Amino acid sequence: MAISATYLGMPLEINDLDVENLEYFKHCAAHDFHLQRCDACGLLRYPPTTGCPFCAHAKSTWTRVEGKGAVHSYSEVHHAIQQSFRQHTPYLILLVDLDTQKGKPTEHQALRVVGNLATPDGKLAPPDMVKRVGIGSRMRMVFADVAPGLSIPHWTIDETAQQPANPWRYPE
Amino acid sequence: MPLPADVDTTSPKYLRDKYAIVGVGETTYTRGSGITTRALGSWAVRNAIADAGLKPSDIDGMLSYQSGDSTFGPFIAGDLGIRLNFYMDVFGGGSSTEALCGMAIGLIEAGMCKTVVIFRAMNGFSQVRIGGTGARAAAPVLGDMLHNRAYGWQSAGQMFSLTFMRHMHDYGTTPAQVAAVKAIHSEHAGNNPKAYYKDRVTVEDVLNSRIICKPLHLLDCCVETDNGTAIVITSADRAKDCRHTPALIRGVVGRCNKPRMDMHYQHGPISTVAGHYGKDILWPNAGVGPEDVDITGSYDAFTFTTMLQLEDYGFCKKGEGGHYVSDGTMRLGGRRPNNTSGGHLCEGYTHGVNMVVENVRQLRHDVDDSCPIGPDGKRQHTYDYRPGGCRQVKNVEVSANLGWAMPGTGSAMVMRRGA
Ligand SMILES: [Zn+2]
Repeated sequence: MAISATYLGMPLEINDLDVENLEYFKHCAAHDFHLQRCDACGLLRYPPTTGCPFCAHAKSTWTRVEGKGAVHSYSEVHHAIQQSFRQHTPYLILLVDLDTQKGKPTEHQALRVVGNLATPDGKLAPPDMVKRVGIGSRMRMVFADVAPGLSIPHWTIDETAQQPANPWRYPE
Repeated sequence: MPLPADVDTTSPKYLRDKYAIVGVGETTYTRGSGITTRALGSWAVRNAIADAGLKPSDIDGMLSYQSGDSTFGPFIAGDLGIRLNFYMDVFGGGSSTEALCGMAIGLIEAGMCKTVVIFRAMNGFSQVRIGGTGARAAAPVLGDMLHNRAYGWQSAGQMFSLTFMRHMHDYGTTPAQVAAVKAIHSEHAGNNPKAYYKDRVTVEDVLNSRIICKPLHLLDCCVETDNGTAIVITSADRAKDCRHTPALIRGVVGRCNKPRMDMHYQHGPISTVAGHYGKDILWPNAGVGPEDVDITGSYDAFTFTTMLQLEDYGFCKKGEGGHYVSDGTMRLGGRRPNNTSGGHLCEGYTHGVNMVVENVRQLRHDVDDSCPIGPDGKRQHTYDYRPGGCRQVKNVEVSANLGWAMPGTGSAMVMRRGA
């Protein structure tokens, strides 16, 4: 069923025809990350699509995926474009290499899942937390609940994991 | 009559030097044009046709691109009394210019048109800004945008900065090396009377400007301006009747992309851009390599986009881009000057067209700098590149334009000086 909601002051919409996103965010709303696994080649993909980017097969099965990985790259936004993000600067946009399917089907491929750096309860991270994260930081997925059937996946520092001594940060 | 046996008409190589850019034109680079994109487009096209020494009635094809922020080809044609045999307005960004040059060649080769105009008009400062501010920032987030805009990941700078960050991590590229791109382009703009920003800036100025999104400082980002730009393409045969020395098109790779069309961050090293794939078509079709190129025009939406393109098209080894863009190679008087007009960082922003316009003028050996005009009406270039001086590169024979759009999409075109 279509979803209209407001998140950080932004109107978010998923219409009835967008079955892939409805399904994706429904799993997120249960705080249970799922991706499509191709029924032909068996590879997972992100974000949701209507066909397999590796083999073009149309059918897939939503599969539970562990939300853990390491930061592959990031952007630290100081000048927000969207009004609602201005009160949260600087905020991090993270590209996280999932541990799942890393290096497949080629050594340079990974499920790289986007998210903001967030607190464990899914709120955008405060500045002192932003300073602690860089390339190589170990992350775990958390969710920001928006509406029934819609939660936004984010990343928080995985306090249980072995963190790199000095995650790579843009030189200050 | 049969073609000679060694001419393979099934290969794009057959098209080498058969088509040329014969006219270029633009409007003033301003902030606050006070006129519509339709008016900007009309003036740019009018200027380019006049530059070619043609009449509007000589034009029978028109191609343009925009991203919901401009006018359409038929309106411009109407305003100039042009009857078109083919027009197409495509949706697209920075990789469109070279792609449409390739399309124009195809139209003429197929006999659908004789002479084609390509234009881009935009009130890129005073109306719709590329960065996604204003009404665009307030639009509902749906579909694919749920996976980027919901994260405050919207402007081009925000989108592309991750590729640069990873490049620094992998290769030790420094912010100062990349800032040199802005410093060098500002030197070039200082010798371009029509550039929007003519003042020279230093590497320190860039590094001391405020952070927009790390790793981008304000001065790492291009200038947003209002303007129109246009180019005229016809066959090399017809080019003989035009006013200027033609810029012959050697080869084009148009809107090639990385293997996946998501946000391009899933496949390959993320700091490898589309040029890595495009170069394998571009150079063989053009019959030259990077080493043969005298000047480059890069899509400098940001300082680092120049570096990534020059690397991936093979002007230096992967990972050595930081050195290449800061060692003096790219500046006027260097081995291979880049963006001699000042490019998007300084001259103005027309989504890729202005660097093609500049290279055409360079290949004519007649850039519009401040050098004195001789009795023959041509500029007497001094090749003195000090501030306010010449910006004509000596003996330019071959140029390359490198276009760029999304992180994984690119286009390129090689031209050479005609007779
Ligand atoms: Zn598959």
